[in-house]
Amino acid sequence: MNLSAEACEGALVVHVEEARLDAAIALLFKERMREVTAQPGGRVLLDMSEVEFLDSSGLGAVVAVMKSLAPNRRLELCGLTNNVDKVFRLTRMDSVFAIHPDVVTALEEGRKYA
Amino acid sequence: MPEPAFSQHPTHGEAPPGDPRIFHHSFPATAMAVRDALRSALARFIRVMTEEEAGTLELILAEVLNNIVEHSYHDSAKGHVTLSIVRDKRGLSCSVSDDGIALPPSCFCPDARANCDRPDPESLPEGGFGWFLIRDLATDLGYHRHEGRNLFAFRLPIAPLHERRSN
Repeated sequence: MNLSAEACEGALVVHVEEARLDAAIALLFKERMREVTAQPGGRVLLDMSEVEFLDSSGLGAVVAVMKSLAPNRRLELCGLTNNVDKVFRLTRMDSVFAIHPDVVTALEEGRKYA
Repeated sequence: MPEPAFSQHPTHGEAPPGDPRIFHHSFPATAMAVRDALRSALARFIRVMTEEEAGTLELILAEVLNNIVEHSYHDSAKGHVTLSIVRDKRGLSCSVSDDGIALPPSCFCPDARANCDRPDPESLPEGGFGWFLIRDLATDLGYHRHEGRNLFAFRLPIAPLHERRSN
């Protein structure tokens, strides 16, 4: 499970460096997210632009991470590819996440409300 | 090669005309083997589908196959899954079989109307999406338990070759 995290303008930006976020990797993803978000901090921007495939297990893992960060930290999603975006729309889970076109836009919006 | 127009009364049990594309694959019941099976199946049909259709096929297959790995075989990695896909003039006809435990009736309700069983997003569900997606995206779902074997079949309608967008 390849994942990298960097602090950026008060946010933690986490890049998912995997082409698939699926049943094979969902548990590892949750564990790695727990590790990289162990230090307290602000919003967490999950960069999913490299993820080309998400299944229901991957979706469940993303929801679990959001719940584990609440209420102090917010998980926001960035750079959903077509197939990934489709899963969020079909399940209506796009209604419970802040979803940004990309990390740069998400950071800009953060500055606007700072 | 253009395909014949849809028949008003599709016949069953007959080989479709032309050269149907067939995919048949048997693999161990593990999440990594499911990944390989998906890759092979997609490679087999990618040229007769749009990108959107390929994404839908991959998602349905992932949900069906991972359900078998996780629930039918309880993540034991002991057992095999067999996947068969046939491209006919109406789309893809898929069947999956395994020797695991029977599918609970609650999972499979042929009368369920699409969308009636979507998990409530506001409850922040971490599961229950799999069967919703299968019922939402696939058609003609059928399940049969015979001599300790599960047989699950479904269809994915895809546009006839000559109606495809050129891409």
